[in-house]
Amino acid sequence: MSLDLALQEPSPAETGRGGEAVIRTEALTIRFGGLTALRGVNFEVGRGEVRAIIGPNGAGKSTFFNCLTGVLRPSSGRILFHGEDITGLSPDRISQKGIARSYQITNLLPNVTTLENVRIAAQSRRHSWSMLRHHRAYADLIEKAEAVLESVGLRAKADELAANLSHGEQRNLEIGIALATEPELLCLDEPTAGMSTSETHETMELVRRIAKNLTILIVEHDMQVVMELAQRITVLHYGEVLAEGTPDEIQQNPRVLEVYLKT
Amino acid sequence: MGIEQIFAAIPWETIIIQTVNGIVTGMILALIASGLTLIFGIMDVVNFAHGELFMLGAYIGVVVITTSGSFWLALVIATLVVALLGAALQITTLRPLLGRDPLTTILATFGISLVLQNYALWQFGPVARKIQEPFTGYFTLFYLEYPWYRLLIAALSAAIIGAFWLFLKYGKYGVWIRATTQDRVMAQAMGIPVPWVHTGAFAIGAGMAAASGVLFGPLVGVNHAMGLDWILKAFIVVVVGGMGSLGGSIAASIFISLLEAYASIWVSPAQAGIVSFVVLILTLLFRPTGLFVPTPK
Amino acid sequence: MSPDPTPMQPLVAVEDVHTYYGKSHILHGVSLHVERGEVVGLLGRNGVGKSTTLKTIMGLVHPDRGKVLFAGNPITGLPAHKLARRGIGYVPEDRRIFRLLTVMENLRTGLDRNGVTEARKQELLDKAFAYFPVLAERRNQAGGTLSGGEQQMLAIARAMMLEPKIILLDEPTEGLMPRMVSQIRQIIDVLQREGVAILLVEQNVPLTLEASHRIYIMEKGTVRHHCAASDLKVDDAVIHQYLGV
Repeated sequence: MSLDLALQEPSPAETGRGGEAVIRTEALTIRFGGLTALRGVNFEVGRGEVRAIIGPNGAGKSTFFNCLTGVLRPSSGRILFHGEDITGLSPDRISQKGIARSYQITNLLPNVTTLENVRIAAQSRRHSWSMLRHHRAYADLIEKAEAVLESVGLRAKADELAANLSHGEQRNLEIGIALATEPELLCLDEPTAGMSTSETHETMELVRRIAKNLTILIVEHDMQVVMELAQRITVLHYGEVLAEGTPDEIQQNPRVLEVYLKT
Repeated sequence: MGIEQIFAAIPWETIIIQTVNGIVTGMILALIASGLTLIFGIMDVVNFAHGELFMLGAYIGVVVITTSGSFWLALVIATLVVALLGAALQITTLRPLLGRDPLTTILATFGISLVLQNYALWQFGPVARKIQEPFTGYFTLFYLEYPWYRLLIAALSAAIIGAFWLFLKYGKYGVWIRATTQDRVMAQAMGIPVPWVHTGAFAIGAGMAAASGVLFGPLVGVNHAMGLDWILKAFIVVVVGGMGSLGGSIAASIFISLLEAYASIWVSPAQAGIVSFVVLILTLLFRPTGLFVPTPK
Repeated sequence: MSPDPTPMQPLVAVEDVHTYYGKSHILHGVSLHVERGEVVGLLGRNGVGKSTTLKTIMGLVHPDRGKVLFAGNPITGLPAHKLARRGIGYVPEDRRIFRLLTVMENLRTGLDRNGVTEARKQELLDKAFAYFPVLAERRNQAGGTLSGGEQQMLAIARAMMLEPKIILLDEPTEGLMPRMVSQIRQIIDVLQREGVAILLVEQNVPLTLEASHRIYIMEKGTVRHHCAASDLKVDDAVIHQYLGV
């Protein structure tokens, strides 16, 4: 199987279980003045897949996420979610479509409880214009929030202020907030950043648990996490897709090694 | 109406007089705004006490003139004393707040401004004082007897700003100030004692405000609230000129003062003050980084 | 695998340092040392804490636990400008030269210290221009107008103006063309000849193995491997494990 630079789109059979593309980009390009951060990226992820996106410094990983989630508008190319063109939509519209994201730098409401953080996110999906019912009356929302906390292992800390959680717990809460919006596609941006080895293991377990019902994209630097969690890996380099394949294939790909070790 | 009639209807003499007035006011405003811009540019502090440093400078001028009779001595002493006071204030109240939420420094300087205003009120009482100008004397400008002193103010302000600019460009500590303004972290890594550069910059800004106070003193009464009018204008100038840009502040000061001077040909000076707010709103809408600063791409 | 301890104090010693950014635990007990005149390489993937280690030594961030020593004296918690004057030079990732200052003014920021005579200042400037002739050509140009490679040279020359005993170099070859990479290699040699120690953070493995006496490899906030550079080859398993994929 050849892995030419960006010239070969993975066939449906290669994209993982099911094969139906959840998200796809066509010739995605973004320029900032004279700098081309992403160049003609063709990318496709199948339903239920766990895909890791890796690459050396400046490869364009965060920029890619920013395009997918509507934070940045691409200069050219398209992004298709279940076949629907979502290029250039605002982040809130994209969230409503079913794409959620966790951030590299923790993005919580610190002075509100863990449960509240998740409930507020869950509320964005079940919204009504009624301003008269007390928020606690939404029993179903609270149930949903508690279920999400259970899945990220924070049920016991439901009434703790988010600011008082440990760093690892806060990062997991980030993931919980994203989950509460009932996404189909979950984008995790360096979920284990700043974590100890044991916290990293916990988060990896968490991702394995929730991966059963979701399609997940992960940007990570921690190779152990990548190798153990990802079914397929996309390697970006200077804004282009350098290689794509299973973890084994990527590990043995000489070009990838060259790029990482700068030989 | 024919061309000649339109020409005759325009009050040329008044316009020229107002141009001179605008430049005079503009230069004082520039001196105040330069200090404000310097402080903001280097340490991201919005100094709400700046108008009070101006006011204190004027009062110290009053005291020195009353005791010594010399305007020039008053100018020098007021500048030095307020500069030292500024340094002391920065070390005690602002240094500990470095790196925290900017709101804390705004509140701190606002608090200082209240303290200084009330101190002045307590110390000097509510009746306005007068600073006698160093020389009286008029020349005839069209139909007006125009005081030489006003031109002196403009010239001196320009000289002080010019000297400051030269210091920044060529002085040893000038380079330190510019480096710290651009990249505080790397300035530290180069051995520049950044906390002291901050103190020095604050002192210089305070001194410039005080000098403006003494220079402006003879034109109005010196009272504890005189800082309030000027600080608002100075903030507008700093935003319109581009925050942190010295050249921008100076250009904006003159620009706004000229516009207001022209406006007061037709409306009252109080109403002419609206001009600066209109300019501010337009700037924020269309060129928020500053009218006199190149737009970032 | 661990090198023989020298009888004298190391120039820089980092002992079990834990550094946080807010709650994010970046350094989980880092220990390393650099001897006088040595070139020590610090390798590792992105995000493992290499830059944070340099910043901790430079006093730009302060550790929560652990010690940093310079020539045997504890310097933990001292502000960066004091450390710069004691002889630690820092060349950060993305250079961070003063863009609005001229090349000359950039160099001057390192020269205006106590106890440096005008004659010595001129000597240091002459040396900088001799080693980097392109900087001499551009001496009155604003730093921001220089190319990437020229800015890198300026950043290194600027640090040299401090007459440092050690220079902390953070990824000097990043983003540079291959021709410039070999120039950086030569500069490292020059610094070595001048007796300046270097702590070199890099992702370019061949360059680092070639230029260094000893190597530390970091992962997830700690040092995982430490050996003489001559004991390592680019295709060793250890390199693959911690730096590859």
